[in-house]
Amino acid sequence: MDQLYFAAEVMVNGLMTGVMYALVALGFVLIFKASGVFNFAQGVMALFAAMTLVGIQQGQIPFAHLINAVFGTHLHNFGWTVPSLLAILLTACVMVLLAFLIEKLVLQHLVGQEPIILFMATIGLAYFLEGFGDVMWGAEIKALDVGLPQGISDTVDELTLNWLGYGFFIDRLDIWATVIAALLVTALVLFAQYTKQGRAMRAVADDHQAALSVGISLRFIWVMVWSIAGFVALVAGIMWGTKSGVQFSLSLIALKALPVLMLGGFTSIPGAIVGGLIIGVGEKLFEFFAGPLIGGATETWFAYVLALIFLVFRPQGLFGERIIERV
Amino acid sequence: MKLTLALAAAAFMAAGPALADLVVPNMSYRTGPYAANGIPYADGFNDYFSLLNERDGGIGGVRVAVPECETAYNTERGVECYESLRPSNPLVLNPLSTGITYQIIPRASNDGIVIYTPGYGRTSAKNGSVFEWVFNAPANYWDGASVAVKHALEVEGGDLNGKKIALVYHNSAYGREPVRTLEELAEKHGFELVLLPVDAPGQEQKSQWLQIRRDRPDFVIMYAWGVMNQAAIQEAVNIRFPMDRFIGIWWSGSENDVRAAGAGADGYKALTFHGVGRDYPIYDELQQYVYDAGRASGAGDQAGTVLYSRGVYAAMVIAEAIRKGQELSGEAEINAAQLRDGFEALEITAERMEELGLPDFGQPIALSCENHGGDGLARLQQWSAGDGQWSLITDFIEPDAEVLDPLIEEDSAAFAAESNITPRCG
Repeated sequence: MDQLYFAAEVMVNGLMTGVMYALVALGFVLIFKASGVFNFAQGVMALFAAMTLVGIQQGQIPFAHLINAVFGTHLHNFGWTVPSLLAILLTACVMVLLAFLIEKLVLQHLVGQEPIILFMATIGLAYFLEGFGDVMWGAEIKALDVGLPQGISDTVDELTLNWLGYGFFIDRLDIWATVIAALLVTALVLFAQYTKQGRAMRAVADDHQAALSVGISLRFIWVMVWSIAGFVALVAGIMWGTKSGVQFSLSLIALKALPVLMLGGFTSIPGAIVGGLIIGVGEKLFEFFAGPLIGGATETWFAYVLALIFLVFRPQGLFGERIIERV
Repeated sequence: MKLTLALAAAAFMAAGPALADLVVPNMSYRTGPYAANGIPYADGFNDYFSLLNERDGGIGGVRVAVPECETAYNTERGVECYESLRPSNPLVLNPLSTGITYQIIPRASNDGIVIYTPGYGRTSAKNGSVFEWVFNAPANYWDGASVAVKHALEVEGGDLNGKKIALVYHNSAYGREPVRTLEELAEKHGFELVLLPVDAPGQEQKSQWLQIRRDRPDFVIMYAWGVMNQAAIQEAVNIRFPMDRFIGIWWSGSENDVRAAGAGADGYKALTFHGVGRDYPIYDELQQYVYDAGRASGAGDQAGTVLYSRGVYAAMVIAEAIRKGQELSGEAEINAAQLRDGFEALEITAERMEELGLPDFGQPIALSCENHGGDGLARLQQWSAGDGQWSLITDFIEPDAEVLDPLIEEDSAAFAAESNITPRCG
């Protein structure tokens, strides 16, 4: 019986982990949906947002190492700290500024180019942001604390122990991530369905030329979408950064989002969530059942195998728009 | 055209090390996923040689050139670094990556360049009769596994029979290194070994830690690197695993690894083969000749950290081997073969370490033609989250030679057979 409960515990934790993957995947979906660009820099944007948040929180002087090297000074800190909520707001503003700069300096010059060119541009952007983030805030690993609780939920542990005789482990951070992801998705869906800007975003996604012909500003939409994707990156950065510190590896969480996108579809917000849940549960259960038989460490590759299986039967993903080619 | 060529040649000469320098490259990684660990190590390595150059005019009157090559902890780039450094006639290379080490062992052995891999690399390189050009003193991965088990034995009153030890490891050549050793030790001491591999980079480890929560092992030993360390320590905190029973190898025991987990990491233990902190006389000299003189490597903010200390340690051993090579050859400007001889006759006593301003910083080292790995002693350090620092909590512990020596013999014999090497030193 304990084995069954353990499998259930693994499954629940898989669902929670899937939500964390979905948070990263959402950023990709937003930009792809609105502009057809696969944003390779989404993971680095999460890293940059988290670095900026910690830097602002701790009153770190941006580019301190560079300034010290050039002027021989010993500057490190402003000497103040910023409350978490205000720091998050300021970081969101930085991400909006970043979106504006990306549109102004990169995208504007590539209007009408093939998607592969835009994809290449985002690769360049990713590498630039990696280095820029390091120069701006330093490469050291930073602890991120915005007040989110972490560790085992005693309530869940006690309740399940009393009911089932087996105490379930659920990380309180994962519970928060689930709530935040639910709010984020609801807000995004409401925004897309019921606001003027949201409808404009969908119009651009459907047909750039048609949207332009009815007076929708493509530039404004792109800045808006990249800003929202930047905010989603900030949320993902907060969650993952709280788990394992803010460091370069945060950018690699994008690798966890790829199978989610393949499975859920590149154009569907609910698809990102459902895809995340399936990948999360699938990889955890596979590790639980098959891991001990084949030496373990199956999660990374199994997520891609699972996504490939879905891809074979449904190339557009579970919730993606059907691919129709007319001759 | 001639003028252009002459200018280009002059620029090249100015950029590279001077011909009379002792060339000891620093194969560093200041970028990429492991930069946070690569930076302090590289800084410690550079600063020690800067101290020797500024205070003593180098070693034996010859300055040490430390050209830096960025590997980004990437094996291909490490091999590129090797090739680009080779024309400058380096005496020794310290690649700071097990993957790069494996790739360049055959090349360096062929080219006659010493490879020094303290605490990493190919474990069986300890057998100098097979690995002529490779040195891995003072300790290797298998020594680490054995010392961790010995510490567990001590905690359990000398008996591990019926106990359970889990190994959480990076699913790579490095992480798998201790598996065979621990299997042998499990058989010898009667404990159950649970193997829990984690794929790189290791940010997501929930499955492994749920299993640990269910199986309740008596100890967890960890061989990880980079973000896998921080994620594992956080997961251990999350499931409330007792931190004083969680032991990391020395690559899982820097400030970077524990800080992100905050107060929960208090009590976490890790192995080390050198001292920690700035409480050594050498730091007064570093302050005077390097930091205050504006010659500190990097941002100059890493002094005294675990990985900075490890960089200092590696540089100190290389410098002492160079000194020995000079003494044996009677020449100040030695070549790599003379450095190899210096390594094979190296003896760093406790008194010598005190003279160097590093009293009790490491175990005494005595190497030979056969023994390129030293005695493999390591000690344990424990993290105090309140003070934000590591404290040494044991003396140096000797590994179990009875188990390790046959394994070294077996692995090096296999390498000798596949590489057509006739063991020397006879």
